[in-house]
Amino acid sequence: MDSPKIRKETKNKIYVDYADKTPYWQRVKNKFTSSYTWVKILIGIFRFVLMLGVSYVILYPFFTKIAGSFMSRTDVIDSTVNLIPKHFTLEIYQYLIEEKHYFSALLNTTLLSLSCALIQTFICCMIGYGFAKFKFKGNKVLFIAVVVTMIIPHNTLKLSLLQHFSGFDIGRVLSWDYKGIIELIMGSRPQLTNTFWPLIILSISGLAFKNGLYIFMMRQFFKGVPDELEESAYVDGSGVFRTFFQIIIPLSVPMLITIFLFSFSWQWTDNFYTTLFFTDTAGKMTLMPDLFKNISDEFLTDYSGRVIYENVVKNTAGIMIIAPLIIIYLFCQKYLVQGIERSGIVG
Amino acid sequence: MDKSVNVKPKRKLLRPATLNERKARAGYVFVLPFILGLILIYIPVIIDSIWFSFNSLVWDASVMDYVLVPKGLEYYQTAMSTSTFVEYLLSGLQQLIFEVPAIIIFSLFIAVVLNQKMLGRAVFRAIFFIPVIIATGLMESINASDVFSDSTESGIDDGSGSSGASEIISVMDVERLFGSMKIGQDLVVYVVDLVNNVYDIINYSGVQMLIFLAGLQSISPAIYEACQIEGATAWETFWKVTFPMISPMILVNAIYTIIDSFTKNSNITMSYISSNVTDMHLATAMSWIYFAIVMLIIAVFVGIASSFIFYQRRD
Repeated sequence: MDSPKIRKETKNKIYVDYADKTPYWQRVKNKFTSSYTWVKILIGIFRFVLMLGVSYVILYPFFTKIAGSFMSRTDVIDSTVNLIPKHFTLEIYQYLIEEKHYFSALLNTTLLSLSCALIQTFICCMIGYGFAKFKFKGNKVLFIAVVVTMIIPHNTLKLSLLQHFSGFDIGRVLSWDYKGIIELIMGSRPQLTNTFWPLIILSISGLAFKNGLYIFMMRQFFKGVPDELEESAYVDGSGVFRTFFQIIIPLSVPMLITIFLFSFSWQWTDNFYTTLFFTDTAGKMTLMPDLFKNISDEFLTDYSGRVIYENVVKNTAGIMIIAPLIIIYLFCQKYLVQGIERSGIVG
Repeated sequence: MDKSVNVKPKRKLLRPATLNERKARAGYVFVLPFILGLILIYIPVIIDSIWFSFNSLVWDASVMDYVLVPKGLEYYQTAMSTSTFVEYLLSGLQQLIFEVPAIIIFSLFIAVVLNQKMLGRAVFRAIFFIPVIIATGLMESINASDVFSDSTESGIDDGSGSSGASEIISVMDVERLFGSMKIGQDLVVYVVDLVNNVYDIINYSGVQMLIFLAGLQSISPAIYEACQIEGATAWETFWKVTFPMISPMILVNAIYTIIDSFTKNSNITMSYISSNVTDMHLATAMSWIYFAIVMLIIAVFVGIASSFIFYQRRD
């Protein structure tokens, strides 16, 4: 038997012709007559259709919401109208932008979410690194505390959170009534409601919404990073913090983007804290949740489809709220899976 | 020349910290924000929250400040004797028992499929993780407000609640199918509920899907190769390899799902507490009761489940 003849050689592949190779048509025939191929194709089709169906269920509400947002008042109660509006109108958008100050809400929410998300990403990265890579007294106990902060619903703490931030002081327990650090120095307790401060303070201390989860994810991720990497940095004379900033952070960019995406979007769509801490109705800062609250009677007018129309307006507000998020998501989503894959969350 | 030198006893220097001690110190610095937050903010908040459920906060005009009036166990007694609360508590737990297995099974299934090579996998992944970033807070409350709208006459289907699903699979068909299989009525009701709530289940299983996907990715391909060589079918491979390897993730996900489903705003009990109870003290007491019960459930669940979990020994 003569040696195989090399037909083509590239950097990665070598194409070889064997003398006794099965002819092409024979191979095609064999392939399509075997049940293995057909079963594989059938399973593939079934899987594809299933995925398509589930995707449809996920995306369908968006289609209806978008379709509804262009409808006029009469279209909403017209039973012959399905998805495609008869009288195309932008008046709902106009109302939300002009009367409900969409752009100011957008600006405020962007500022709030961006600052909170950046702080949370950095702080949780730091805390997670501390838990994963350093052995110190109380490591385990503190980590259990992290899990506990994740478990206790913030709804339970509503009243005391509000009390703490309407007269903010560090280390003050209301029920024992003594003066905290800020009151000792400044003489009075600043009122922090209606500002960004409550959320920023919670972010800095790693206690904001779902931060326990982020710390947990970061810890799992850093546990997967080999210790040798840091040891070699230490041997080369780099300190702990320099190692962290110059080696660890560049390494964990996909994970950081994942955490950033989570914290940004969860802060963006947050309803609980924004309604809790932004209570002042008079000189109020418009935030996203205000878009769909208190839709004025003048706009809704009095007609038979009023209740439905109100929901259509709310849905449109929903679309406008999440539109920026979807855009960010499209850019970040490839990091999402990548970051999660690398975290290798195991036990 | 003899000079007596007054030798001062050399000051005993502190022993320089060992590497481990220095590393431990650095560890404290990294965790410092959390420690400070915990001691200075979180623990006072927790103490106050518990305290508020035993006391009443009353505005006292004479001292121009709020004053706590001790109430003892009064709020807890009121909570337990409020029949609507107990009712909601029970239905909330029922919802929990209904949701958790459904979400776990669904997200595991989808994660397994998304892990395979298939046409348009990247697009499907992108679509499937949309709920992760959206299905919280605001959108939840918008969807919740939709439930009251009658979608049949509007021509607009919001996909919220049952409306989106009922068009895809008729509930009657499912009922007929399962009814003819002579299985228990409860199971039929369960499956019908699943079909009705498919939208919610998909929306709440985003993070779980991600966690499962991460777990699946961490299984060594060598094990699958060995299975293939030994002639195991896909079905056997799933139950003998994938399932045991993924079992720690199932525990993590189950706990996450339980926590998520009882802390989210659309939870029946939570929404009842936050919207229908005007007395904040009573609401606090109620949420602590609910929290204690859910904690108990998690503890029991972890106790039972942890003996069934397979931990791969990692070297």
